[in-house]
Amino acid sequence: MPKLTPFHERHVAAGGKMVDFAGYDLPVQFHGIIPEHVRVRTTVGVFDVSHMGRIEVRGKDALGFINRMTTNDTGKLATYQAQYSVLCYPDGGIVDDLVVYRLPDRYFLVVNGANNAKDTAWLQEHLSGDVKMENITVAQAQLAIQGPKAEAVMQKVCSIPLAPVGFYWAVQCEVAGVDALVSRTGYTGEDGFEAYLPAASALKVWDAIFASGKEFDIEPIGLGARDTLRMEMKMALYGNDIDKTTNPIEAGLSWVVALNKPEGFIGSDVLKRMEAEKPTRRLVCLEMQDRSIARPHYPILAGGQPIGSVTSGTLSPSVNKGIALGYVKRQFAKAGTEVQVDIRGRNAAALIVKPPFYKHGSRKPN
Amino acid sequence: MADFPSDLKYAKTHEWVKLDGDVATIGITDFAQGELSDIVYVEITALGKTIKRDEPLGTIEAVKAVSDLYSPVSGQVTEANEALKDSAATVNKDPYGAGWIAKIKLSDPVELDGLLDATAYAELAAKSAHH
Repeated sequence: MPKLTPFHERHVAAGGKMVDFAGYDLPVQFHGIIPEHVRVRTTVGVFDVSHMGRIEVRGKDALGFINRMTTNDTGKLATYQAQYSVLCYPDGGIVDDLVVYRLPDRYFLVVNGANNAKDTAWLQEHLSGDVKMENITVAQAQLAIQGPKAEAVMQKVCSIPLAPVGFYWAVQCEVAGVDALVSRTGYTGEDGFEAYLPAASALKVWDAIFASGKEFDIEPIGLGARDTLRMEMKMALYGNDIDKTTNPIEAGLSWVVALNKPEGFIGSDVLKRMEAEKPTRRLVCLEMQDRSIARPHYPILAGGQPIGSVTSGTLSPSVNKGIALGYVKRQFAKAGTEVQVDIRGRNAAALIVKPPFYKHGSRKPN
Repeated sequence: MADFPSDLKYAKTHEWVKLDGDVATIGITDFAQGELSDIVYVEITALGKTIKRDEPLGTIEAVKAVSDLYSPVSGQVTEANEALKDSAATVNKDPYGAGWIAKIKLSDPVELDGLLDATAYAELAAKSAHH
């Protein structure tokens, strides 16, 4: 039996079509992927992301431990700042992607739900020195409130001003009277927040946020729109675009790989070499030139020869075209390169384009 | 709750059939459109061809996934719903009316006896539904 998140009864009451995802019974959609996608792009929507794995790390060696395990430079984080990062295997393959928060007395890691157990075990087996790790996934609920009206909605229920909270910064505050960690983060390309709160108070916070968002037609958003929103921004999905057979350099994640960290990190030797020699393939954005939709594993061709394959694909509700992510040999990775995707035996024209596919997101740069 | 008109015949593969003389109009059921959701393209690859029952008629692309569309009857595919080219979402909105998909001139009308009635199909759909 799949597990239930603290918001499960709200999803069922809202008519959510429930599916098993990462071991949880979660809504894939409520009244349609396209209208839910448009809701987030135009006003505000709420995602139950309680299935994500949440891990606290404490102790005087916590910083050194996290810096050794992750690719980004955790030493650069100020208190209440967050960073996107990657856990790698020694061969540079990706264990998971994650967000690392520095909090006053601890670090807080948020990992993919489907990888929660694997990541926890991986971190556990590398523990050394004064480091204590605790997986607090079940004790907490996690919501993502996303869209151009997200701040207006959250400000009404939040105990402190949110305007000064920058992108990838967090605050400890009360949401509807409930103690919560709130960060300006998300997976949509829109402005928005994620709130981490005690599971026992989850429904109270949900109801307050929906009451606050009523004037903006706030809606719960399912996993289907979460996928189309992130794809339009070229945000990688573990299991599709990145996994243990891919590395952060070829996946275009060099911006979160601090190769110059003095002590290095697991996988840094391989990734340094790859950065210097350049990877043989790269994750690119493909825009279909006709009415086709590329799907994962479809071959990508150039002049009839295979050059790679699709890892994610959908119809983009924002640009109304087939869009896809996929790996291609490096010499074909340049924006403007014309390629083909083998759509069930038919070669459909596609163009390599610069990310993101959707260029009007409300996410504010710092 | 999905709707299943009693004047139609249904295939286990979630198509409906409406007979007019020896021409069957076919589409997908309300249950099927709900499962697929957000239909964006309908392509009838078998237009003009003579096909057997359960052979592919074409494909339905939804945002989430692509599905094959199987013919619930044998015969010649004489028409595809041209209106769906510009608004495939009509299949979601009106699966038994404006969202019809193709017309097939039957080669074996007896096949219709093997299809389900609305009550039997409703039971099948309920069993296939998400919990």
